[in-house]
Amino acid sequence: MELFSNANDFLLWTRGDAFNIAIGLFIIGILIRLLEIFLLGRKQDFSEPRGSEWGPGLKNIITRSVVDNGTFKRAPFVVVVGYIWHICFFIILLFFVPHIELIHAMLGLKWPGLGSQFIDASAVIAMVALLAMLWHRLTHPVLKFLSTFEDYLVWLVTFLPLLTGYIAFHRMIDPYPLALGLHILSVELLLIVFPFTKLMHAITLFIARWYTGAMMGRKGIES
Amino acid sequence: MSTGTLNISKGINALKEQIDAPTAAFFSSCVHCGLCAEACLFYTETNDPKYTPINKVEPLRRIWESEYTLFGRLKKVLGLAKPVTDEMLQEWEPLVYDACTLCGRCSMVCPVGNDISTMIRKVREGMVASDHAPEGLIGASTRAVKIGSPMGIRLKALKAQIGHIETDTGLTIPIDVEGADYLALLSSMEIINFPEYIESLAKIFKQAGVSWTLSSEAFEATNSGIQIGSSDIARELVQRVVEGAEKLKVKYVISPECGHAYTAIRWDGPNLIGREYPFKVVHILELLDELQQSGRFKTSGLLEKRLTFHDPCQLVRKGGVEAQPRRLLAQISSQFVEMTDSGKMNWCCGGGGGVSANERADDIRLKVFNRKKAQLEEIDIEVMVTACANCRLVLEEGLEENNMDIPVIGLSELISEHLVEENAVKGENNE
Repeated sequence: MELFSNANDFLLWTRGDAFNIAIGLFIIGILIRLLEIFLLGRKQDFSEPRGSEWGPGLKNIITRSVVDNGTFKRAPFVVVVGYIWHICFFIILLFFVPHIELIHAMLGLKWPGLGSQFIDASAVIAMVALLAMLWHRLTHPVLKFLSTFEDYLVWLVTFLPLLTGYIAFHRMIDPYPLALGLHILSVELLLIVFPFTKLMHAITLFIARWYTGAMMGRKGIES
Repeated sequence: MSTGTLNISKGINALKEQIDAPTAAFFSSCVHCGLCAEACLFYTETNDPKYTPINKVEPLRRIWESEYTLFGRLKKVLGLAKPVTDEMLQEWEPLVYDACTLCGRCSMVCPVGNDISTMIRKVREGMVASDHAPEGLIGASTRAVKIGSPMGIRLKALKAQIGHIETDTGLTIPIDVEGADYLALLSSMEIINFPEYIESLAKIFKQAGVSWTLSSEAFEATNSGIQIGSSDIARELVQRVVEGAEKLKVKYVISPECGHAYTAIRWDGPNLIGREYPFKVVHILELLDELQQSGRFKTSGLLEKRLTFHDPCQLVRKGGVEAQPRRLLAQISSQFVEMTDSGKMNWCCGGGGGVSANERADDIRLKVFNRKKAQLEEIDIEVMVTACANCRLVLEEGLEENNMDIPVIGLSELISEHLVEENAVKGENNE
């Protein structure tokens, strides 16, 4: 027996059961990961503080987005392509009208979207940036040395939603429900993989930056 | 159980004890972007990817993943986890001891905010516990515990140096004065290589009217336990200072011109002994800055040579002492030049974190000095000033090796050379 009798059934499944399972695993997974971190706690610090922790911790969350000049000169590719990728990704995620509609349906929040030509351009740039990052990872001595299976896995599950989204948007696969279903399925794969891989950095980097900024603030080091 | 198995389980337990919430957040956030390599002089000067800072903490990461994450535990049960073995720690030993000065530059650069150098310090705890520390550091730590100084300097040697200074200068160096305000600590290197530091303190404190003393029981500030990465040894050495300070009932303890000694006594010490101190800890540069700001001493004359300040990593990146040396230098120098990447982004001399005490690392230490050489070549200076006896020796050796004729001076000493001594001024007026 076939799993789905037609493309519409497949689309309905990706929007229904599959979506609920993926979102569930995503949320539960993140909660588990956050508990794993916070339950470890920190030892009490008996040294006399020179400054406060909270302010510098929060400040570091912002300021860590800017790299120092010397490091930028040594690794401009990682910095520039990294910025381009993240900016384009967030433009697509948050300002493509169908995405906003989904968020509205789920959370009741709404904001204006961008014209589809911007989204289209962002998607192309984001995919080129990801391909460039993959090429860099495969060729740069340090990245080649550091990279593990997980690094390539997270690259793939990040690239697939972009690719399938682009294909669906341009109706490059027939019928359309199949194309859209594949896009949603690829996002679900991303959601499921997210909590158990370094994709978690999207959340934990705020914690990491805070801890380091707080430690530095305590010692009176400008971060 | 063989010694090998016993040691590795001790090492793994020591690593487990090091894992806290920040460590877990750091490991969860690393995306292998490789930027930390660009911040590390052991990578930039060798181009060997194994020196990438985040690679140096791989033993700790494996323990974290397999013990403190659900997914990692699952992998371990299924036999998919990569274990930490004795062979692995042996392979990592030169990475964390010979090729890391705990300078903390990687922690400033990581875009997700990981404090990588603190994690490397944590890895060293596992290394010591599993018998994988370098000979040089084991020797220094043993001497520190048994003799009281990593260089094997006894009270007798200190007293001899004090005797010379007192005879030469007519100054008095107080020892064991109960109720003095300040207890000054020294590093072995200052006692043996740079006794002019002691003389400078005596001169400046006399002028500023500072009530101070040395302690015959707690004069050594160097903490080899911090360098080798053994909290047990570090605790014992801090405890001696705390007891010495408490016995003399001082209000302040002065950390000398030494980087890691400041980290040890100022930031790590209270946590090692598990309580707050009944006294405050100040770095000598903080104190000199405060004394000068409040007009307790004056300087005269400006050094007209082009000079720069080498920020000791532990003072600036780990200690927050950055403005003080610049304010002090502004009073005595007319041609102060900053290096590119100065202050908290300064490059390490290459000998911190126990590297200079580890003979096995001599070659790589001189190789990575090329970073400092490049920094200096950009600014063409005549004099280099620093505030760490270890940086000073390492810089001197590196400069000599590269045929660079630049003298290195301690900042306290430079200030004492420009100190206005009221008696001396009166003397000149009488002539």
